[in-house]
This record gives sequence, C-alpha cells and structure tokens, in this order.
Amino acid sequence: MKIIVCIKQVPDAREVRLDPETNTLAREGVESIMNPYDQHALEAGVSLKERCGGEVTVISMGPPQAEAVLRQAISCGADQALLVSDRSFAGADTWATSYTLAQAITHAGEFDLIICGKQAIDGDTAQVGPGLAMRLGIPYATCIQKIRSADEETIVFERMMDDGYDVLQSGYPLLMTVVKDINEPRVPSLRGKMKAKKAEIKILSAEDIEADPACIGLPGSPTQVVKVFPPEPRGARAILTGDIDEQVEQLVEKLKPYLV
Amino acid sequence: MDHFLTEEQQMIVDIARQITDERIIPQRAELDEKHEFPRAILEEMAQADMFAIPIPEAYGGFGGSCLDIVLALEELGRGCIGVGTAFAASSLGIYPIMISGSEELKQTYLPDIATGSKFAAFGLTEANAGSDASGIQTTAIQDGDEWVLNGTKQWITNGGEAQVYTIVAMTDKHKGARGASMFVVEEGDAGFSCGPKEIKMGIRASSTTELIFKDCRIPKDRLIGRRGTGFITVMKTLDSSRPGIAALGVGLAQGALDMAATYAKQREQFGRPIIGFQAVQHMLADMATELEAARTLTYAAARHIDAHPRDMSKVSSMCKVFATDTAMKVTTDAVQVMGGYGYMCEYPAEKMMRDAKILQIYEGTNQVQRNVIGQELNKEYNR
Repeated sequence: MKIIVCIKQVPDAREVRLDPETNTLAREGVESIMNPYDQHALEAGVSLKERCGGEVTVISMGPPQAEAVLRQAISCGADQALLVSDRSFAGADTWATSYTLAQAITHAGEFDLIICGKQAIDGDTAQVGPGLAMRLGIPYATCIQKIRSADEETIVFERMMDDGYDVLQSGYPLLMTVVKDINEPRVPSLRGKMKAKKAEIKILSAEDIEADPACIGLPGSPTQVVKVFPPEPRGARAILTGDIDEQVEQLVEKLKPYLV
Repeated sequence: MDHFLTEEQQMIVDIARQITDERIIPQRAELDEKHEFPRAILEEMAQADMFAIPIPEAYGGFGGSCLDIVLALEELGRGCIGVGTAFAASSLGIYPIMISGSEELKQTYLPDIATGSKFAAFGLTEANAGSDASGIQTTAIQDGDEWVLNGTKQWITNGGEAQVYTIVAMTDKHKGARGASMFVVEEGDAGFSCGPKEIKMGIRASSTTELIFKDCRIPKDRLIGRRGTGFITVMKTLDSSRPGIAALGVGLAQGALDMAATYAKQREQFGRPIIGFQAVQHMLADMATELEAARTLTYAAARHIDAHPRDMSKVSSMCKVFATDTAMKVTTDAVQVMGGYGYMCEYPAEKMMRDAKILQIYEGTNQVQRNVIGQELNKEYNR
C-alpha cells in the first residue's frame, strides 16, 4: 500500500506569542515541533504499513527548516520524505496550500491512501485535509478515531461524531484526517534516527510541481487576515466560601458598587 | 558538565529520555504500588532498538559500547530504577552467551534479545550463595546428550518474565569454583519453573522470583563455554554489567536532586523559598557535587572498559560503589529537603529512597566491591 502522510511544522504551542506589529505568530526563538495531530497521522500510516506492507512517504510544505520534522518522521518509520519548498509559496492560506500539496502529490506518483492530522495547532482551520482531497478529486473522511481493518482493497474505520462514531468502509484512493484517539505515537528508534540523519530529503520547487504562479503563495490566497489579536483576559474571579447565607451576603457586598 | 558525547550517543540519550519522560515517569507510581512488570514500556523500548544496544551487529544488535549502555541506563534510572533494572537484567542475562557462548548459542539467542522479542535473566544467587559464589548447590549432571539440572535459584530478576535464563550450576562439586559451569535454560523446559513474585522494599516494577530445577533436562549444547569455566564467565559478566548499575544510581540521584531543588524553590517558610536558606543550599550543593563526581567516574570507568576490556574489575567496582552509595545518600537527603512531603507516598521521593537501597546490594554488595578493589590494589602494589 502506498501511503502519503502530510506533515506540518508548527511553533510549540506552549511558547507561542503574537507579534503586535504584524499580527502574525512570532516564530523567532520559538521551538518548532511536528504538529501533534500529524504525529498521530504518521503513526497511523507507519502501523498500517507494518500490518499491510507498502511504504510511507511524508510530505510537508514549508520553509527549508521544515526538513527537521521530515527527518523526525523518518526516525519514526517513514520511508521517504518530500519537502515542498519555494519562496513563492510564502503567505499561502489553506486554499493555496491545498492546491500546492495536490500538485506535489500528483507529481510524486501513485498513492492509495493520504493521511493528515485533523488540523494544525497554529492555524486550527482543519481545512487543508478536505481541501486537498477536493483538489485531487478523491473521497475523504475526517476525524478518524480508529482503523478497524485494512487490506489491499478496502479499509474500515471509525469516524468520531458528537454523539458516538460512524463506522465507514472505503476503497482507495482515499484521504483521511485523524484525531489523537487513533493511536499513541511511537518513540523514534535508534536505527530510525540513524537512517534519518543520512536520509536524502527531496525538495520540490514551484517549478518542479508545475504550479500555476497565480494559485500559490500570497497571490493564490483569497483569505486576508484583517486582524489577529489576543482575546481580552477574563475579569478577575472570586470563589465565595461559607454557608449559603454568608455567601449571599458576600455576593451582595460585591454587587453593591455596581448598583445605580 | 559537557562529557563530549558523540552524535550517536546523544541519540541514545534522546530516545531514553523521551521514553523516561513520556512513558516511565507517568506510570512509575502505579507500577510501584501494584508490583507490576512494565511490559508495555519494555515493548516500546524494544521498538526503539534499546535492547539492541549491547548486542554485536553480527547478531542484529547495535554493537554499542559500555558507555552507550551507561547513557541509556542513566536516563531510565532518572525515571524509575525498577523499570531500569528489568531492562538491564535482560542484558545481564545475555552477557554470559556474548562472553563465552558458542557461535551456535549466539546465533540462537542474541537476535531475539536484540529485538526485545525475548527477555533474558541471569541465575547465580541461591539461598546459601550470593557474595560467596562457591556455595552454589544447584547441580548439572551429564546424562548422554543431555544435562540434568537440580536446585533452586533465589531472587532472580526477570524471573517468570524472561524466556531465556543463563544459569550457574556445579558440574564438578569437588573442584570448588572450578567446578561451576553455565547453561542456557528456556522458559518451558521440562522440570524448570519459577516461584511466586517476591514482595520487595523497592524496585517493585521489576520481577524477582525463585527459579526451580527438578530433573530439568536440557540438550548438551546449552552449556555456555567449556565445562568448569562458569565462575570465570560470571566474574566477566558482572565486571561488564556493574557500570550499568552505577548508571542507574547516577540517574536516580539526578531524579532526586531535580525534585528536591524544584521543591526547595517553591516551598516557602519564614517568608521565603527554603532554597534561600544556607542549611538547604549546602545540602543541595553536596548532592549536586557528589552526583557529578559519580557521573564522571562512571563515564570514565565505562570509557576505560571500552578501551581496555581486559582490565575492568577495579574501575567497574569503583564506579558501582561510589555511584550507588551516592544514590543512597542523595535520595535520603532529597527526602530530608522535602521534609514531611518527602516522607509521604504521595510524592516520588520516598520511592526513590526505597529503590536506592538495592543498588548497594545487588550485582555484588558494595562490601564485596570493596573487596575486589582491595584485592586489585594488593596485586598492583606487589609489582
């Protein structure tokens, strides 16, 4: 089975800040990590390969330093990695990103299954997975929480819903996005790390994937970020103690200043 | 301190650290409380190739050095030396085959140990034989194409969990130490069984049982090395494994220092964090200094052993004594720094102190280690 896993390098959410000037994420000095949902997508791909045979190709669109997450993916069991990187991709929204990834995947050759994380923890849109499937003209299913069975012909899986889950069966090609419940990502292996160190990461430019310049990067992105702002901090909270009469009394005292 | 690790050694540290932080530390209290063998964690470690580290490349291993193993065990020890002991005991169990085994035995057993699909255990200690290996009463009598084993081993780490056991038995009792031989016994061999799990003060995640041999028949080619060389194999095995025990002590002491120092910064008394008080600072300073000395000695001993594999007894014993005595002291002081909180089972400090004690006892008590060092000195000053 030929499996493609899409991976995004994101700033570590524990350290994220906004640049007040540009209203964009201040990435400098913030450690980059593999998007946590994508770690689960990778684990799903690698364990499927171990069960059914085949190979896992990881693909990422990003700046040259995104190579680090692709090497990490190889250390965790991916067979090869493609970095889709070109200055002209900068500023892409989810529309342009899904176009770019679709072009890259089309140029990379045949595939049976594409696995993406449900969403990235920086943009949080959850649009690129479905967008990519639409561009490629293949069916997709989002929020997959379990792969029940898989063979060369069909795959049966559970889709997380608000009130339980759906059990779906599909043939290939197919794109799925996964939630964290699907698995526990593995620790990289020693051999994997050594392989990752030596692995050649193929870089694909806009020209390599024959991308239409009008469809990529900022020109290809209809989304305009008008304003990004941190939400106002919530007001101070107080927890009242004592029996109910005492608490009511305290509450009345607190409300008095606001009475007209 | 920078110990100038190679890129590959840093990879080992990174993997062991991730397993320790993400898998071992969140589970250690429960494993300790339930005396539960950490099978899932060991499987994760197998997947990460950690069991392959000491096995030669020709048998599917990584061909790692003594220092490589020390680095892995140190990280595991920071999380839980119970889990670290279960892992280390598999290497200990396979060393006799690596050191003295025939090519056939190596090919039969080493690849499965390297992948972690099988665990090993080492069976030396008996009710009347531990520090004094010549007191061994388990016997192996040759009968045609088979050896017949009888006797009972005591306090064997990974007992009941391992699939491959390397066992010391007397083949010629009247020859004393020269009458001891080593054998491979497999889980499921007729006449071989394991006793119930012992209830221990610490390292409760590791399994400790008796091994019972009642007319246990094994093929004659399960003899490790030549007949009568068992005692030499045992000594070489323990010389090789002791720096790993030192490393567990270094890691454990690091875990205890991290906890005590973090606590001392948060805990306020008399209006300020207790780390501001000289009495506490001096305890932490001694803990940190002795820990660094233990780490440096352990790494230096491991590097010496890697460079001079025929001259390992003294340095191997030195690092074991010093690092494990340090672990006992640092964990005890960590409980002291944390006061009442340190004594409560709700926090990991008391577990660390309970765990530390075994390091001074197993794989040769620290008193026996001092004998080894003393005897080596006696030889050196004869020249």
